[in-house]
Amino acid sequence: MRVMKALLVLMLAVWASTAGAAEKEMKVGFIYVSPVGDAGYSYSHDVGRQAVEKMEGVATSYVEAVPEGPDSERVMQNMARKDFDIIFATSFGYMDSMVKVAKQFPKIAFLHCSGFKMAENMGNYFGRMYQPRYLSGMVAGAMTKSGTIGYVAAFPIPEVIRGINAFTLGVRSVNPKATVRVVWTKTWYDPATEKEAGKSLLDVGADVIAQHQDSPGPQEAAQEKGVYSIGYNSDMAAFAPKAHLTAPVWNWGVYYVKVVEAVKKGTWKPEAAWPGMAEGVVDLAPFGPMVPKELQDKVNAEKAKIIAGQQKIFVGPIKDQSGAVKVADGVVMTDPELLGITWFVEGVVGTTK
Amino acid sequence: MFPMRIAKRQEPLGFGGSCFVLLTALGLSLLLSAILLSLGGTSPVRGISVLLQGAFGSRWALEDSVLKAIPIFLCSLGVAVAFRLKIWNIGAEGQFALGAIGATWIALSFPGWPKYLLLPAMIGMAMTCGGLWGLIPALLRQHLKTNEIIVTLMMNYIAILFLDYLVYGVWKDPTSFGFPMTPMFSEQAIVGKIGGTSINWGLAHCVILGLLIWLFFRFTRIGFEIKASGDNVRAALYAGLPYDRLVILVMVMSGALAGWAGFLEASATVNRLQPSIMVGYGYTAIVVAWLARLHPLSIGIAAILLAGLRVGVESLQLDLQVPAAFGGIIEGLILLTVLAGGLFTHYRIAWGVGK
Repeated sequence: MRVMKALLVLMLAVWASTAGAAEKEMKVGFIYVSPVGDAGYSYSHDVGRQAVEKMEGVATSYVEAVPEGPDSERVMQNMARKDFDIIFATSFGYMDSMVKVAKQFPKIAFLHCSGFKMAENMGNYFGRMYQPRYLSGMVAGAMTKSGTIGYVAAFPIPEVIRGINAFTLGVRSVNPKATVRVVWTKTWYDPATEKEAGKSLLDVGADVIAQHQDSPGPQEAAQEKGVYSIGYNSDMAAFAPKAHLTAPVWNWGVYYVKVVEAVKKGTWKPEAAWPGMAEGVVDLAPFGPMVPKELQDKVNAEKAKIIAGQQKIFVGPIKDQSGAVKVADGVVMTDPELLGITWFVEGVVGTTK
Repeated sequence: MFPMRIAKRQEPLGFGGSCFVLLTALGLSLLLSAILLSLGGTSPVRGISVLLQGAFGSRWALEDSVLKAIPIFLCSLGVAVAFRLKIWNIGAEGQFALGAIGATWIALSFPGWPKYLLLPAMIGMAMTCGGLWGLIPALLRQHLKTNEIIVTLMMNYIAILFLDYLVYGVWKDPTSFGFPMTPMFSEQAIVGKIGGTSINWGLAHCVILGLLIWLFFRFTRIGFEIKASGDNVRAALYAGLPYDRLVILVMVMSGALAGWAGFLEASATVNRLQPSIMVGYGYTAIVVAWLARLHPLSIGIAAILLAGLRVGVESLQLDLQVPAAFGGIIEGLILLTVLAGGLFTHYRIAWGVGK
């Protein structure tokens, strides 16, 4: 009998402890396409996750290097079954999987980065990276001597094409004769291939290397040859201190903290969010010491204009590679046009295939 | 000197002994994994239990592992056929890609066909494309004396780039905002799920094909000829076996099976063709074939084991924040210990200095 009593007490204690745990903290999950050690895209998202982790009553976790497609669907289901409250999927290829899983778990908030689909409990988000890209283009255009700037790019999709265009518009705003040569690597994260691509651009006379990749491979190529580079995703100065002029960077923490707070309060609604420099989600990394003071001031003045909403960047007249006017004088490209852009502006050397 | 040497067994190790060696090897690889986990600051007991639970610990986990094992199994069944003849087909990845391309071609060309016509046509085209992709290195080997390891490996890259070319170009979905993917397949082109599970009917394909391959090697003359030639090429040639034709046959069969896997992955799991369909099943298949010593039933078990490992590692990441690369490390450790353990099938350790 005493044993039974003890057992009962024990059971109650276990039950009480689990009941106490029922008022648990909010769980937020992140899914990354590459390892967080990539120093690039996933790393920048993970820095954002760490900002969420610091919030009161919130726990976070992540799964890295998840292939797009069926694997991502399984990871999302796994998170949902483990009672995560918010799931952020940070690559385009997760979109269809997320739509499917969001339907199965209507109480969970799903957020997909860089796509265009939405659902009752699923929103999408991205940042106006083209804004700091334009500014970094100004820096590259002013620093090049040969007039040829190399651009190592991942895949010919609108996000990347938009970035190349904004960059080129920035280059040409200070150096109307300069050209931007594009090489496609067809990979997001392959440091060796991306470094080789950087080298191939150096061989054709480029003396500034910009990039849209998840690794600092192109930066290393520039550093070895003793020329300048423009990074991406995060401040890559540490990888190539002598070469790194600046970089358009992500600052996801601002956005993630805002979303998690909204979900906590119950005020979150699915939306297609596209915040920019004004909201602080994207920014320009600190300038390297080789960037002259006047140039820094000029770029910072332009930055202030972007934040104030006076500089929209994709404003006509804009010509395509053949010289034909694509956007008429004074016309501002709309968001849907920017999101689906598949042609290069004048000044880009390369094809969108 | 260390009083230990390796001696040949009079007879190969029996069934019980083999099981013991295999389990010891698996246990050893888990032990090494646990040591690595604790070096990384994770509780090894918790880590291994999360890994196993994530892989096989619930109905969901089991379904996920089986689902992922389906393409691995078919690719592995294919390479095992070639390995039996000691033809080293490293090209399952490319043959898988060609199978997916062939199936997609039919699915996009005749979306309105009824299911009972469309699915067999897709399978037929997938097998043809995969088989032809396997035929090329076989012909090159015979007529130009090329090495099939190099050629099949290189052809993987050609196949993947061809797939990229298609989904970035002619087959790109006009409504996908420029992203590389074909339109969704029509309902008739999709292999459905079994009852209320998340497993598709591809599992039944695996069982039937696995059985057929087993029967082929057990009971047919050609199957016997392949095994005999694989064991000793010179003896086979001396006996007048048609070695060259057997090489062609195994490479085509191998490619056709990998192609079938490509069909299933495109039709049942992804429902379209996109570059991320290529996640390295063709290479995992080689590991699986070796672990299973080329036997169909063992391939099934090994495929589920390695698929489970990949699924389980996701839980390990989610619950304990172990890096993704850890999955690859365990996979390597398992292969290493099991292959090393294979030594004991034909050899034993003898203590003391022999004569």
